[in-house]
Amino acid sequence: MTAHSAIPKMIRMTAEQAMHQALREEFQRDADVMLMGEGVATKRRDLLDDFGAARVRNTPLAEAIIAGTAVGAAASGLRPVIDLLFAPFMTYAMDALVNSAGKLRYLSGGQFRFPLVAIGMTGGGWGVGGQHNHNLEAMFVHAPGLKVVMPATPADFKGLLKAAIRDDNPVLFFADIGLLHEEGDVPVQDDFIVPIGRAAVRRGGEDVTLVAYAKTVNVCMRAAAQLAAEGIAAEVIDLRSLKPLDADSVLNSVRKTGRLIIVHEASGLCGIAAELAALAATHAYANLRAPIMRLTGPDAPAAASWVLEQAAIPTAEAVARAARELVEFMPEPVGLWSSTAKTSLGNPVTKEETTLA
Amino acid sequence: MQAQPNADAALRRLETMQRIRAYELALVELQRAGAPGTCTSVGQEACAVGVVEALDARDRIVSNHRSAGHLIARGAEPRRLMAEVLGRVDGYCGGRSGSLHISARELGVVLTSTIVGGELSMAPGVALAQKMGKGDPGGIVAVFFGDGAACEGIFHEALNLAVLWQLPLLFVCENNQWQAFVHRLETMAETAIADWARGHGLPVETLDGNDVDAVHAAAARAVARIRASGGPAFLELSTYRQRGHFEPDDQAYVDPGELSDWLRRDPIRLYSERLLARGLIDSGGLAALQVRIDAGIAAALAYAQASAWPAPETLTEHVYA
Repeated sequence: MTAHSAIPKMIRMTAEQAMHQALREEFQRDADVMLMGEGVATKRRDLLDDFGAARVRNTPLAEAIIAGTAVGAAASGLRPVIDLLFAPFMTYAMDALVNSAGKLRYLSGGQFRFPLVAIGMTGGGWGVGGQHNHNLEAMFVHAPGLKVVMPATPADFKGLLKAAIRDDNPVLFFADIGLLHEEGDVPVQDDFIVPIGRAAVRRGGEDVTLVAYAKTVNVCMRAAAQLAAEGIAAEVIDLRSLKPLDADSVLNSVRKTGRLIIVHEASGLCGIAAELAALAATHAYANLRAPIMRLTGPDAPAAASWVLEQAAIPTAEAVARAARELVEFMPEPVGLWSSTAKTSLGNPVTKEETTLA
Repeated sequence: MQAQPNADAALRRLETMQRIRAYELALVELQRAGAPGTCTSVGQEACAVGVVEALDARDRIVSNHRSAGHLIARGAEPRRLMAEVLGRVDGYCGGRSGSLHISARELGVVLTSTIVGGELSMAPGVALAQKMGKGDPGGIVAVFFGDGAACEGIFHEALNLAVLWQLPLLFVCENNQWQAFVHRLETMAETAIADWARGHGLPVETLDGNDVDAVHAAAARAVARIRASGGPAFLELSTYRQRGHFEPDDQAYVDPGELSDWLRRDPIRLYSERLLARGLIDSGGLAALQVRIDAGIAAALAYAQASAWPAPETLTEHVYA
């Protein structure tokens, strides 16, 4: 940054505080913004006091009607934010989010728009088990008409939530439980926005591309630091938005490094990593110098036991190990395929595919 | 008993019911020739006409897959509805909806959902927006649903929230006795849906849904009550789905005795007899009305069939705002 450019004022705060600041600023900026959910008026008492009971509404523990009400309100001129607490509770809200918010703009020929945000917490960190911790973000990526974001830094928690509130489409905002209490520098000017659909390069490198989102961004940053000490330069890309997906940022990096590892806590089957692997294989095949690797959570519910919960999350060591394998990878000579020379990379369902390796 | 409508209003009710019927039956015919099947509202016309006439321009309607009556009663053009059913560009939704989720925002018919219960999930939000000043001042919302939707959990969630938040919302349950292919007496522990609504604290009226004057009078009372109190009200209209769940449906599962009982109480037949008895129309007038309506529907169908197909390259338009 040059000396004369505007230096944004930064304040150190947690991701949770950053989300609250985003809500407060958007409440202040736009009188149509409102908040509904179980306990929102209880937990965010200052918003209730400052903006009134009409805009800050506690609800019954009934996710289907919370979400449905948000859909109806959004189509009628309000900009509701709904806090559904834990992401698995969103399965109760699937009809409203998937069938209504996601489809009724299209099915009506563009007559309605649905500027709403649905917030859900997920991910390992609190030992809450599989009915409170389920990284089901890819389910919503698969639903047309929805946008999906999942930030990794307190600044992005704020900037993406503000962008989501201002977006004219329904946005699913997944908050990684493991990051909520982590601190970071957060810009405090009112117009700070992180655009939806744009990834961030967290660390530059030429040898291997590590793509992650939410808590696995930190995992990859730690892996990149380990690798740097060994002379391997890893580039770390934080997706931030899962839909729309910033394919260009990933592909540009892969074209440079020729090696791609995608890392997320959600299970791998038909997930974000699978999509990125397909994109790279389709659009950057000629640049690939090694097989694409995915490190993901297993196809299993999250366990409550600390050890088992953490075992489901890819580790920096596993990411670094995978990166070393890719850097050392030598393609088989054509026509001389040898099973003994193959690494586990050749098998799409090896243990390396999940963190249970 | 409610006051008799004047001659103009009475004849208008008859004509609108007949237009809905003719529209639905024209689509049934078309289906036999290969057009997409529809969920008809044949037999339920008095519910749509009676309730919608009690609303005015500032009000909103949230409907379901059996929506043609609500739309036509609200003034939707049969030709644009038919174009929609046929998937053509001149349909209300540009052909993307088909028959199942037709909304016409210009008429205040918003957010039609074909998911049974979906209409009940969204209607409180539309009413909340009205209450928070986003709609036309004084406007209320009417949501149409059936006894099938009343068996969804969202029914109770919607009623509870509407009472809790005192939303200007009229719940209109068209109890047509059938939930897809199952009679409601097989699925409900209570015999009256109104009892569930009373349990949630709503003011409730239960009435013959095949008597358009009675429906209109009850709806007008409910609407006045909602405008005065700001809170919700509930109507249970007892009616009958004369045709199958969708077309084609041989209705082999329907008790013929029950069906014939209800056919004797067909809403259009009942109302024609009433108007004949009141001397507001004679048999020649009835025949002339039918000819006029049939001609209008035939012209509407010709319009729809002449309407262009959407261009394939527009496939992904309107996914996002």
